[in-house]
Amino acid sequence: MQSKALEILVGLFVCLGVAAIFVLTFRVASLDGVGGGSTYTVTAKFGNIGGLKPGSAVTMAGVKIGRVRAIEIDPETFEARVTLDIFERFDRIPEDSSAKILTAGLLGEQYIGLEPGGMDEFLRDGSELTLTQGALVLENLIGQFLAGQGESENDKLAEAIAKLADALTASKGPSTGEAP
Amino acid sequence: MNGIWQVLSGFLAGLGRAQFFLLTMLAAVPAALLRPRLVVQQIYSVGVLSLIIIVLSGSFVGMVLALQGFRTLVRFGAEESLGVFVALVIVRELGPVVTALLFAGRAGSALAAEIGLMRATDQLSAMEMMAVDPMRRVIAPRFLAGLIAMPLLSGIFCVMAIGVAGGHAIGVELLGVDAGSYWSQIRSSVEIKDLVQSYFKALVFGAAISWIAVYQGYHAAPTSEGVSRATTSTVVVSSLSILALDFILTAFMFG
Repeated sequence: MQSKALEILVGLFVCLGVAAIFVLTFRVASLDGVGGGSTYTVTAKFGNIGGLKPGSAVTMAGVKIGRVRAIEIDPETFEARVTLDIFERFDRIPEDSSAKILTAGLLGEQYIGLEPGGMDEFLRDGSELTLTQGALVLENLIGQFLAGQGESENDKLAEAIAKLADALTASKGPSTGEAP
Repeated sequence: MNGIWQVLSGFLAGLGRAQFFLLTMLAAVPAALLRPRLVVQQIYSVGVLSLIIIVLSGSFVGMVLALQGFRTLVRFGAEESLGVFVALVIVRELGPVVTALLFAGRAGSALAAEIGLMRATDQLSAMEMMAVDPMRRVIAPRFLAGLIAMPLLSGIFCVMAIGVAGGHAIGVELLGVDAGSYWSQIRSSVEIKDLVQSYFKALVFGAAISWIAVYQGYHAAPTSEGVSRATTSTVVVSSLSILALDFILTAFMFG
Protein backbone atom coordinates (compact mmCIF):
# COMPACT_ATOMS: atom_id res chain seq x y z
CA MET A 1 0.00 0.00 0.00
CA GLN A 2 2.84 2.32 0.97
CA SER A 3 4.58 1.83 -2.37
CA LYS A 4 1.30 2.35 -4.24
CA ALA A 5 0.88 5.82 -2.71
CA LEU A 6 4.48 6.60 -3.55
CA GLU A 7 3.99 5.59 -7.15
CA ILE A 8 0.91 7.78 -7.42
CA LEU A 9 2.86 10.76 -6.09
CA VAL A 10 5.67 10.17 -8.57
CA GLY A 11 3.14 9.82 -11.38
CA LEU A 12 1.58 13.11 -10.33
CA PHE A 13 4.99 14.76 -10.28
CA VAL A 14 5.83 13.56 -13.77
CA CYS A 15 2.42 14.75 -15.05
CA LEU A 16 3.01 18.15 -13.49
CA GLY A 17 6.46 18.42 -15.06
CA VAL A 18 5.25 17.38 -18.50
CA ALA A 19 2.32 19.80 -18.20
CA ALA A 20 4.76 22.59 -17.36
CA ILE A 21 6.83 21.78 -20.42
CA PHE A 22 3.69 21.77 -22.56
CA VAL A 23 2.61 25.14 -21.20
CA LEU A 24 6.04 26.58 -21.91
CA THR A 25 6.03 25.20 -25.43
CA PHE A 26 2.54 26.24 -26.46
CA ARG A 27 1.81 29.26 -24.31
CA VAL A 28 5.20 30.94 -24.00
CA ALA A 29 7.05 30.14 -27.22
CA SER A 30 5.93 31.05 -30.69
CA LEU A 31 5.40 28.08 -32.92
CA ASP A 32 5.43 30.16 -36.10
CA GLY A 33 8.94 29.02 -36.91
CA VAL A 34 7.89 25.39 -36.79
CA GLY A 35 4.43 25.50 -38.32
CA GLY A 36 3.28 27.46 -41.34
CA GLY A 37 4.04 24.69 -43.80
CA SER A 38 6.51 24.77 -46.65
CA THR A 39 8.01 27.98 -47.94
CA TYR A 40 9.60 29.40 -51.06
CA THR A 41 12.53 31.77 -51.17
CA VAL A 42 12.67 35.28 -52.55
CA THR A 43 15.53 37.75 -52.35
CA ALA A 44 15.54 41.52 -52.06
CA LYS A 45 18.36 44.08 -51.92
CA PHE A 46 18.29 47.00 -49.54
CA GLY A 47 20.53 50.03 -49.15
CA ASN A 48 20.30 49.77 -45.40
CA ILE A 49 18.57 47.14 -43.31
CA GLY A 50 18.68 48.98 -39.98
CA GLY A 51 17.90 46.52 -37.19
CA LEU A 52 16.48 43.70 -39.32
CA LYS A 53 17.51 40.24 -38.13
CA PRO A 54 17.14 36.68 -39.42
CA GLY A 55 13.77 35.52 -38.08
CA SER A 56 12.10 38.92 -38.44
CA ALA A 57 8.60 38.87 -39.86
CA VAL A 58 7.59 39.48 -43.48
CA THR A 59 4.10 40.94 -43.69
CA MET A 60 1.59 42.05 -46.26
CA ALA A 61 -1.12 44.44 -45.17
CA GLY A 62 0.00 43.67 -41.62
CA VAL A 63 -0.55 39.93 -41.96
CA LYS A 64 2.48 37.72 -41.45
CA ILE A 65 3.31 35.81 -44.62
CA GLY A 66 6.90 34.73 -43.96
CA ARG A 67 10.20 35.21 -42.23
CA VAL A 68 13.62 36.63 -43.00
CA ARG A 69 15.95 33.69 -43.45
CA ALA A 70 19.36 35.24 -44.04
CA ILE A 71 21.03 38.59 -44.51
CA GLU A 72 24.33 38.98 -46.27
CA ILE A 73 26.21 41.70 -48.07
CA ASP A 74 26.44 41.72 -51.86
CA PRO A 75 30.19 41.74 -52.62
CA GLU A 76 29.77 43.89 -55.76
CA THR A 77 27.19 46.51 -54.96
CA PHE A 78 27.72 46.55 -51.18
CA GLU A 79 24.01 46.36 -50.65
CA ALA A 80 22.41 44.05 -48.12
CA ARG A 81 20.89 40.98 -49.77
CA VAL A 82 18.02 39.65 -47.69
CA THR A 83 16.61 36.16 -48.28
CA LEU A 84 12.94 35.79 -47.40
CA ASP A 85 11.03 32.59 -46.74
CA ILE A 86 7.42 33.08 -47.81
CA PHE A 87 4.76 30.51 -46.94
CA GLU A 88 3.67 28.39 -49.89
CA ARG A 89 0.00 29.25 -49.45
CA PHE A 90 0.72 32.90 -50.38
CA ASP A 91 1.73 31.98 -53.93
CA ARG A 92 -0.15 34.66 -55.83
CA ILE A 93 1.90 37.73 -54.94
CA PRO A 94 2.54 39.93 -58.01
CA GLU A 95 6.14 39.96 -59.13
CA ASP A 96 6.44 43.76 -59.08
CA SER A 97 5.49 44.00 -55.42
CA SER A 98 7.64 46.35 -53.41
CA ALA A 99 9.39 45.63 -50.10
CA LYS A 100 9.89 48.17 -47.34
CA ILE A 101 11.68 47.83 -44.04
CA LEU A 102 9.26 49.11 -41.41
CA THR A 103 9.33 49.53 -37.67
CA ALA A 104 6.71 48.21 -35.26
CA GLY A 105 5.91 51.20 -33.06
CA LEU A 106 8.28 54.08 -32.53
CA LEU A 107 11.27 52.07 -31.35
CA GLY A 108 10.06 48.51 -31.89
CA GLU A 109 11.38 45.62 -33.89
CA GLN A 110 11.91 45.98 -37.60
CA TYR A 111 10.15 43.88 -40.17
CA ILE A 112 9.59 43.76 -43.92
CA GLY A 113 6.30 44.93 -45.37
CA LEU A 114 5.34 43.90 -48.90
CA GLU A 115 3.04 46.06 -50.97
CA PRO A 116 1.37 44.27 -53.87
CA GLY A 117 2.05 45.42 -57.40
CA GLY A 118 -0.19 44.93 -60.41
CA MET A 119 1.54 42.40 -62.63
CA ASP A 120 0.01 39.09 -63.68
CA GLU A 121 3.29 37.25 -63.08
CA PHE A 122 3.65 35.90 -59.56
CA LEU A 123 6.65 35.55 -57.26
CA ARG A 124 8.27 32.14 -57.52
CA ASP A 125 11.10 30.37 -55.77
CA GLY A 126 14.25 32.39 -56.53
CA SER A 127 12.53 35.60 -57.66
CA GLU A 128 13.99 38.94 -56.70
CA LEU A 129 12.05 41.92 -55.42
CA THR A 130 13.50 44.92 -57.23
CA LEU A 131 11.44 47.74 -55.75
CA THR A 132 12.80 48.15 -52.25
CA GLN A 133 13.08 50.82 -49.63
CA GLY A 134 15.60 50.44 -46.84
CA ALA A 135 15.22 51.24 -43.19
CA LEU A 136 14.90 54.79 -41.99
CA VAL A 137 17.96 55.61 -39.94
CA LEU A 138 17.02 58.15 -37.31
CA GLU A 139 20.42 59.88 -37.36
CA ASN A 140 20.30 60.44 -41.14
CA LEU A 141 16.77 61.70 -40.86
CA ILE A 142 17.70 64.26 -38.22
CA GLY A 143 20.76 65.23 -40.26
CA GLN A 144 18.65 65.89 -43.36
CA PHE A 145 16.15 67.76 -41.30
CA LEU A 146 18.75 70.07 -39.81
CA ALA A 147 20.54 70.61 -43.15
CA GLY A 148 17.31 71.29 -45.02
CA GLN A 149 15.84 73.75 -42.57
CA GLY A 150 15.64 77.25 -44.01
CA GLU A 151 15.85 80.35 -41.84
CA SER A 152 12.23 81.31 -42.36
CA GLU A 153 11.16 77.81 -41.39
CA ASN A 154 12.93 78.01 -38.04
CA ASP A 155 9.98 79.08 -35.96
CA LYS A 156 7.67 76.54 -37.53
CA LEU A 157 10.16 73.80 -36.82
CA ALA A 158 10.58 74.79 -33.19
CA GLU A 159 6.83 74.87 -32.84
CA ALA A 160 6.48 71.41 -34.39
CA ILE A 161 9.12 69.93 -32.09
CA ALA A 162 7.49 71.48 -29.03
CA LYS A 163 4.14 70.01 -30.08
CA LEU A 164 5.69 66.60 -30.58
CA ALA A 165 7.33 66.76 -27.15
CA ASP A 166 4.03 67.78 -25.56
CA ALA A 167 2.25 64.90 -27.24
CA LEU A 168 4.87 62.42 -26.09
CA THR A 169 4.83 63.55 -22.47
CA ALA A 170 1.05 63.62 -22.46
CA SER A 171 0.83 60.05 -23.74
CA LYS A 172 3.45 58.86 -21.28
CA GLY A 173 2.02 60.72 -18.30
CA PRO A 174 -0.62 58.34 -16.95
CA SER A 175 1.49 55.20 -17.29
CA THR A 176 4.42 56.65 -15.36
CA GLY A 177 1.96 57.66 -12.68
CA GLU A 178 1.34 54.00 -11.88
CA ALA A 179 4.94 53.39 -10.87
CA PRO A 180 5.22 52.17 -7.30
CA MET B 1 56.60 22.62 -3.24
CA ASN B 2 55.97 19.16 -1.93
CA GLY B 3 52.69 20.32 -0.41
CA ILE B 4 51.51 21.80 -3.70
CA TRP B 5 52.33 18.59 -5.53
CA GLN B 6 50.40 16.60 -2.96
CA VAL B 7 47.31 18.79 -3.30
CA LEU B 8 47.56 18.73 -7.09
CA SER B 9 48.05 14.98 -7.33
CA GLY B 10 45.20 14.45 -4.88
CA PHE B 11 42.93 16.62 -7.04
CA LEU B 12 43.94 14.85 -10.26
CA ALA B 13 43.49 11.42 -8.68
CA GLY B 14 40.00 12.40 -7.51
CA LEU B 15 39.14 13.65 -10.99
CA GLY B 16 40.39 10.46 -12.61
CA ARG B 17 38.54 8.28 -10.09
CA ALA B 18 35.37 10.20 -10.84
CA GLN B 19 35.72 9.38 -14.57
CA PHE B 20 36.11 5.66 -13.87
CA PHE B 21 33.18 5.91 -11.48
CA LEU B 22 31.10 7.52 -14.26
CA LEU B 23 31.94 4.71 -16.67
CA THR B 24 31.02 1.92 -14.25
CA MET B 25 27.86 3.78 -13.30
CA LEU B 26 26.80 4.20 -16.95
CA ALA B 27 27.46 0.50 -17.49
CA ALA B 28 25.07 -0.24 -14.62
CA VAL B 29 22.30 2.04 -15.98
CA PRO B 30 20.68 -0.52 -18.36
CA ALA B 31 20.37 -2.98 -15.47
CA ALA B 32 18.70 -0.29 -13.36
CA LEU B 33 16.23 0.40 -16.15
CA LEU B 34 15.03 -3.20 -15.83
CA ARG B 35 13.91 -2.42 -12.27
CA PRO B 36 11.90 0.77 -12.70
CA ARG B 37 10.49 0.49 -9.17
CA LEU B 38 13.85 1.49 -7.71
CA VAL B 39 14.04 4.49 -10.01
CA VAL B 40 10.48 5.55 -9.16
CA GLN B 41 11.33 5.44 -5.47
CA GLN B 42 14.31 7.72 -6.08
CA ILE B 43 12.29 10.11 -8.25
CA TYR B 44 10.04 10.46 -5.22
CA SER B 45 12.87 11.40 -2.91
CA VAL B 46 14.76 13.75 -5.27
CA GLY B 47 11.85 15.06 -7.35
CA VAL B 48 8.57 15.04 -5.46
CA LEU B 49 10.15 16.16 -2.21
CA SER B 50 11.92 19.05 -4.00
CA LEU B 51 8.67 20.26 -5.52
CA ILE B 52 7.69 22.69 -2.78
CA ILE B 53 11.01 24.51 -2.65
CA ILE B 54 11.07 24.77 -6.46
CA VAL B 55 7.51 26.10 -6.70
CA LEU B 56 8.04 28.67 -3.95
CA SER B 57 11.39 29.92 -5.15
CA GLY B 58 10.16 30.03 -8.75
CA SER B 59 7.30 32.27 -7.70
CA PHE B 60 9.50 34.60 -5.69
CA VAL B 61 12.19 34.87 -8.36
CA GLY B 62 9.49 35.76 -10.91
CA MET B 63 7.97 38.36 -8.60
CA VAL B 64 11.30 40.04 -7.90
CA LEU B 65 12.22 40.10 -11.59
CA ALA B 66 8.87 41.66 -12.45
CA LEU B 67 9.23 44.35 -9.78
CA GLN B 68 12.79 45.25 -10.71
CA GLY B 69 12.17 45.06 -14.46
CA PHE B 70 9.10 47.25 -14.19
CA ARG B 71 10.98 50.04 -12.41
CA THR B 72 13.47 50.30 -15.26
CA LEU B 73 11.11 49.66 -18.17
CA VAL B 74 8.56 52.23 -17.05
CA ARG B 75 11.15 54.98 -17.44
CA PHE B 76 11.20 54.29 -21.18
CA GLY B 77 7.46 53.80 -21.38
CA ALA B 78 8.14 50.18 -22.31
CA GLU B 79 6.40 48.44 -19.40
CA GLU B 80 4.45 46.34 -21.91
CA SER B 81 7.72 44.48 -22.55
CA LEU B 82 7.86 43.29 -18.94
CA GLY B 83 6.73 39.81 -19.98
CA VAL B 84 9.55 39.48 -22.50
CA PHE B 85 12.10 40.55 -19.93
CA VAL B 86 10.88 38.08 -17.31
CA ALA B 87 10.37 35.22 -19.77
CA LEU B 88 13.73 35.48 -21.50
CA VAL B 89 15.72 35.81 -18.27
CA ILE B 90 13.88 32.88 -16.71
CA VAL B 91 13.87 30.55 -19.70
CA ARG B 92 17.42 31.16 -20.82
CA GLU B 93 19.27 31.40 -17.51
CA LEU B 94 17.56 31.57 -14.16
CA GLY B 95 15.16 28.67 -14.68
CA PRO B 96 17.72 25.92 -15.18
CA VAL B 97 20.47 27.50 -13.05
CA VAL B 98 18.46 28.36 -9.92
CA THR B 99 16.64 25.03 -10.11
CA ALA B 100 19.98 23.25 -10.34
CA LEU B 101 21.45 25.15 -7.39
CA LEU B 102 18.40 24.36 -5.27
CA PHE B 103 18.44 20.77 -6.47
CA ALA B 104 22.10 20.44 -5.48
CA GLY B 105 21.35 21.79 -2.02
CA ARG B 106 18.12 19.90 -1.48
CA ALA B 107 18.60 16.56 -3.27
CA GLY B 108 22.33 16.32 -4.01
CA SER B 109 23.35 16.71 -0.38
CA ALA B 110 20.77 14.15 0.74
CA LEU B 111 22.03 11.65 -1.85
CA ALA B 112 25.63 12.06 -0.78
CA ALA B 113 24.78 11.73 2.92
CA GLU B 114 22.65 8.65 2.33
CA ILE B 115 25.25 6.82 0.27
CA GLY B 116 28.07 7.99 2.54
CA LEU B 117 26.23 6.60 5.54
CA MET B 118 25.65 3.33 3.68
CA ARG B 119 29.39 3.20 3.15
CA ALA B 120 30.15 4.11 6.79
CA THR B 121 27.79 1.45 8.15
CA ASP B 122 29.15 -1.17 5.74
CA GLN B 123 25.82 -1.60 3.97
CA LEU B 124 27.55 -1.36 0.60
CA SER B 125 30.07 -4.06 1.56
CA ALA B 126 27.23 -6.23 2.85
CA MET B 127 25.51 -5.95 -0.54
CA GLU B 128 28.70 -6.99 -2.28
CA MET B 129 28.92 -9.98 0.07
CA MET B 130 25.43 -11.00 -1.01
CA ALA B 131 26.51 -10.68 -4.66
CA VAL B 132 24.28 -7.63 -5.13
CA ASP B 133 26.08 -5.02 -7.17
CA PRO B 134 25.64 -1.71 -5.28
CA MET B 135 26.26 0.12 -8.57
CA ARG B 136 23.09 -1.41 -10.01
CA ARG B 137 21.04 -1.52 -6.85
CA VAL B 138 21.94 1.84 -5.26
CA ILE B 139 23.93 4.16 -7.50
CA ALA B 140 22.44 3.86 -11.00
CA PRO B 141 18.77 4.33 -9.93
CA ARG B 142 19.71 7.50 -8.05
CA PHE B 143 21.62 8.86 -11.02
CA LEU B 144 18.73 8.12 -13.39
CA ALA B 145 16.24 9.73 -11.02
CA GLY B 146 18.27 12.95 -10.93
CA LEU B 147 18.47 12.93 -14.72
CA ILE B 148 14.69 12.59 -15.06
CA ALA B 149 13.69 14.95 -12.26
CA MET B 150 15.84 17.97 -13.13
CA PRO B 151 14.26 18.97 -16.50
CA LEU B 152 10.78 18.48 -15.03
CA LEU B 153 11.60 20.61 -12.00
CA SER B 154 13.16 23.27 -14.21
CA GLY B 155 10.02 23.35 -16.37
CA ILE B 156 7.85 23.78 -13.29
CA PHE B 157 10.14 26.54 -12.02
CA CYS B 158 9.84 28.43 -15.35
CA VAL B 159 6.05 28.16 -15.40
CA MET B 160 5.77 29.35 -11.81
CA ALA B 161 8.15 32.27 -12.41
CA ILE B 162 6.66 33.53 -15.69
CA GLY B 163 3.01 32.71 -15.16
CA VAL B 164 0.82 31.71 -12.26
CA ALA B 165 2.25 33.36 -9.17
CA GLY B 166 5.42 35.05 -10.42
CA GLY B 167 5.76 37.64 -13.14
CA HIS B 168 2.10 37.43 -14.11
CA ALA B 169 0.86 38.03 -10.57
CA ILE B 170 3.08 41.05 -10.00
CA GLY B 171 3.12 42.48 -13.53
CA VAL B 172 -0.52 42.05 -14.49
CA GLU B 173 -2.40 41.97 -11.19
CA LEU B 174 -0.35 44.41 -9.16
CA LEU B 175 1.43 46.77 -11.56
CA GLY B 176 -1.32 46.85 -14.17
CA VAL B 177 0.50 45.66 -17.28
CA ASP B 178 -2.09 44.53 -19.81
CA ALA B 179 -2.43 40.73 -19.66
CA GLY B 180 -2.89 40.47 -23.44
CA SER B 181 0.30 42.31 -24.29
CA TYR B 182 2.19 40.56 -21.48
CA TRP B 183 1.52 37.19 -23.09
CA SER B 184 1.58 38.18 -26.75
CA GLN B 185 4.95 39.91 -26.38
CA ILE B 186 6.31 36.82 -24.64
CA ARG B 187 5.09 34.65 -27.47
CA SER B 188 6.56 36.82 -30.18
CA SER B 189 10.04 36.87 -28.67
CA VAL B 190 10.57 33.51 -26.95
CA GLU B 191 11.42 30.88 -29.51
CA ILE B 192 11.34 27.10 -29.47
CA LYS B 193 15.13 27.21 -29.69
CA ASP B 194 15.29 28.98 -26.30
CA LEU B 195 13.15 26.31 -24.67
CA VAL B 196 15.07 23.40 -26.14
CA GLN B 197 18.30 24.94 -24.90
CA SER B 198 16.75 25.48 -21.50
CA TYR B 199 15.74 21.81 -21.20
CA PHE B 200 19.13 20.73 -22.45
CA LYS B 201 20.83 22.83 -19.78
CA ALA B 202 18.59 21.34 -17.10
CA LEU B 203 19.42 17.83 -18.30
CA VAL B 204 23.16 18.49 -18.24
CA PHE B 205 22.93 20.05 -14.77
CA GLY B 206 20.88 17.09 -13.53
CA ALA B 207 23.49 14.64 -14.78
CA ALA B 208 26.34 16.66 -13.26
CA ILE B 209 24.69 17.04 -9.84
CA SER B 210 23.69 13.38 -9.56
CA TRP B 211 27.10 12.23 -10.71
CA ILE B 212 28.92 14.44 -8.20
CA ALA B 213 26.57 13.52 -5.35
CA VAL B 214 26.73 9.74 -5.76
CA TYR B 215 30.47 9.88 -6.36
CA GLN B 216 31.09 11.93 -3.22
CA GLY B 217 28.91 9.60 -1.18
CA TYR B 218 30.41 6.42 -2.61
CA HIS B 219 33.97 7.54 -1.98
CA ALA B 220 33.33 9.16 1.39
CA ALA B 221 35.61 8.24 4.26
CA PRO B 222 33.62 5.76 6.40
CA THR B 223 33.41 8.05 9.41
CA SER B 224 30.88 10.63 10.56
CA GLU B 225 33.35 13.34 9.58
CA GLY B 226 33.76 11.73 6.16
CA VAL B 227 29.99 11.82 5.58
CA SER B 228 29.75 15.47 6.57
CA ARG B 229 32.68 16.32 4.33
CA ALA B 230 31.11 14.44 1.39
CA THR B 231 27.86 16.36 1.87
CA THR B 232 29.62 19.71 1.98
CA SER B 233 31.80 19.07 -1.02
CA THR B 234 28.80 17.82 -3.01
CA VAL B 235 27.08 21.16 -2.61
CA VAL B 236 30.25 23.18 -3.21
CA VAL B 237 31.51 21.20 -6.20
CA SER B 238 28.14 20.89 -7.89
CA SER B 239 27.28 24.59 -7.42
CA LEU B 240 30.59 25.57 -8.99
CA SER B 241 30.17 23.04 -11.81
CA ILE B 242 26.66 24.31 -12.52
CA LEU B 243 27.85 27.88 -12.90
CA ALA B 244 30.87 26.91 -14.99
CA LEU B 245 28.83 24.54 -17.17
CA ASP B 246 26.21 27.22 -17.61
CA PHE B 247 28.81 29.61 -18.97
CA ILE B 248 30.20 26.98 -21.34
CA LEU B 249 26.77 25.87 -22.58
CA THR B 250 25.59 29.45 -23.06
CA ALA B 251 28.72 30.35 -24.99
CA PHE B 252 28.23 27.30 -27.21
CA MET B 253 24.53 27.68 -27.85
CA PHE B 254 24.16 31.45 -28.12
CA GLY B 255 27.65 32.27 -29.38
